[in-house]
Amino acid sequence: MSLLSVHDLAVARGGLRTVEGVSFTLAPGQALILRGPNGIGKTTLLRTVAGLQPPVMGRIEMPDDAVAYAAHADGLKGALSVTENLVFWAEVFGGGDISAALAAMDLTALADRPAAALSAGQKRRLGLARLLVARRPLWVLDEPTVSLDAASVARFADTVRGHLAGGGAALIATHIDLGLEARVLDLTPFRARTDSTARPAGFNEAFA
Amino acid sequence: MIALLRRDLRLAVRAGGGFGLGVAFFLILCALVPFGVGPDTSALQPIAAGILWLGALLACLLSLDRIFALDHEDGSLDLLATSPLPLEGAVAVKALAHWITTGLPLIVAAPLFGILLHLPAAAIPALLMSLLLGTPALSMLGAFGAAVTVGLRRGGLLLSLLVLPLYIPTLIFGTEMIRRGQDGGDTMPPLLFLAGITAGTLAVIPFAAAAALRVNLR
Amino acid sequence: MSIWEYANPVKFMRTSGAVLPWTVAGAAVCTVTGLVWGFLTPEDYRQGSTVKIVFLHVPAAMMAINIWVMMLVASLIWLIRRHHVSALAAKAAAPIGAVMTVIGLITGAVWGQPMWGTWWEWDPRLTSFLILLLFYIGYIALWSAVEDPDSAADLTGVLCLVGSVFALLSRYAVFFWNQGLHQGASLSVQSGERMSAVYRYPLYLTMLGFGLMFLSLMLVRTRTEIRRRRLAALQAREMRA
Repeated sequence: MSLLSVHDLAVARGGLRTVEGVSFTLAPGQALILRGPNGIGKTTLLRTVAGLQPPVMGRIEMPDDAVAYAAHADGLKGALSVTENLVFWAEVFGGGDISAALAAMDLTALADRPAAALSAGQKRRLGLARLLVARRPLWVLDEPTVSLDAASVARFADTVRGHLAGGGAALIATHIDLGLEARVLDLTPFRARTDSTARPAGFNEAFA
Repeated sequence: MIALLRRDLRLAVRAGGGFGLGVAFFLILCALVPFGVGPDTSALQPIAAGILWLGALLACLLSLDRIFALDHEDGSLDLLATSPLPLEGAVAVKALAHWITTGLPLIVAAPLFGILLHLPAAAIPALLMSLLLGTPALSMLGAFGAAVTVGLRRGGLLLSLLVLPLYIPTLIFGTEMIRRGQDGGDTMPPLLFLAGITAGTLAVIPFAAAAALRVNLR
Repeated sequence: MSIWEYANPVKFMRTSGAVLPWTVAGAAVCTVTGLVWGFLTPEDYRQGSTVKIVFLHVPAAMMAINIWVMMLVASLIWLIRRHHVSALAAKAAAPIGAVMTVIGLITGAVWGQPMWGTWWEWDPRLTSFLILLLFYIGYIALWSAVEDPDSAADLTGVLCLVGSVFALLSRYAVFFWNQGLHQGASLSVQSGERMSAVYRYPLYLTMLGFGLMFLSLMLVRTRTEIRRRRLAALQAREMRA
């Protein structure tokens, strides 16, 4: 029983296909690392899996309400404290206790500080703590380790390991080695061909 | 949904300007009008209803772009769209938060400003009733405009261009109701029209706004 | 053979290219003949020679409304069936509709001055047209503000839907707000006798002419839009290759 299965997926950015023919499956306990040069469409692919944009072609199969998505922006409000930010997302996602998430990301000491006063790395940790309160089985993470120091990266890798051990799965686009037992999918071979003869769905391509 | 409402209200209070600015703008507008048209009751009284409604409308417009723009910038909107909360519900809640921070203070302040403009006391109930029924539609239509223009450069100007024409029916029935209250006429027909427009808007617009948001997120 | 085949850009280009000379010729013949014929009609015993502006005013006003309806239908087709040509046709039609609205307003003012003694009156019909113009302007502004063409088509489509409802609502609200002095419809199915045949036939001709003129302009503009998209697509492909 797989948590996420992607068949022959093609995604487009700005009306142009970036990657096509991508297929993979993720079972509970598995992680998949996406690699590839800038502009290949990692972010677009992750947003598509998260349901933020429709695929150009192909199928994405997963249970309803499975995805917890984290990207470059952490969705934090500077005027609210760390606790308030986290409680809000916990309530929206129907999660409960936030103290475990705060402890896991080493934020307990900062709990009452306004988010505006956090450093970039601390904000990032708060953004990742949100994953823990969301209680979603599938983590879709876009460059999660940006602005984290080495200790925090290790802590984050531990958190992902814990999530996988608990029956979750993770789809991560990253360039650094997290030390996870994970498969790596390089997107370079899936770059959309310019002479693609398949019926295009991107707006610009329909007219070329 | 209640969490979202609570957060938006808390942000409005903390960030400052949430509750106060709209009313302050309303006050300035009402204070400037006599300078423009003269201080006589005969000049002010006939236009008081229109000025009050126009003031409410413009004060409402001022804070519209904040409904979604900030959440779009910091990524909250992406996260809300992937959350179990239906986006239509999020739109409705955010419009409600906008109404509580902008519309409600305006309604409370309007009778006071009515006195500034020599609005007769007999028209005050009609004024309150028309604003109470009309301003929720302003917030909801504003949320639609904000959803359409979120993430656009120079979206603010475009937002007013798109939203103001949608305000016309509400404005017409709102002022008509006050005018009738002033002249002792039957306020029921405009009241019913106003209530109908607001009810229809609240029922349908969240879906249109959520559709526009989904387009802007992809 | 289904009507939807014309939604294919290539097919559309071929068909519209073949149709275009005929609609242009038809529009020119009908409009010119109608206007000249209209100009040669006898003067009205009440309105004098000013009545002749009706041959510009009525067709323009009629097209102003019909073009919005066409945009609404095209937007619905795009939103439901995702035919790109449909979205582009709506985009192409909007400025034509806005110009028709302006022509209707200006000729109305020119006609209203001798008739009512004022260039502008906040009469329900005039006001409705002004509101229609505001909706056209908002629609066109939104098209030009959104960069991604598909998103622009979606957003303007939704705006067109919502705008149609509120334009209609505004029209009735305006009637509630001010009873006007505008005369009733010049032509209507129920009371076709209101206008004498002397005026009616040239008017029909100009209406047909304006309809064909809109069709021609809309086709030309849609073809331009298709070519522009094609150009963008080819450029993007070149850059990536």
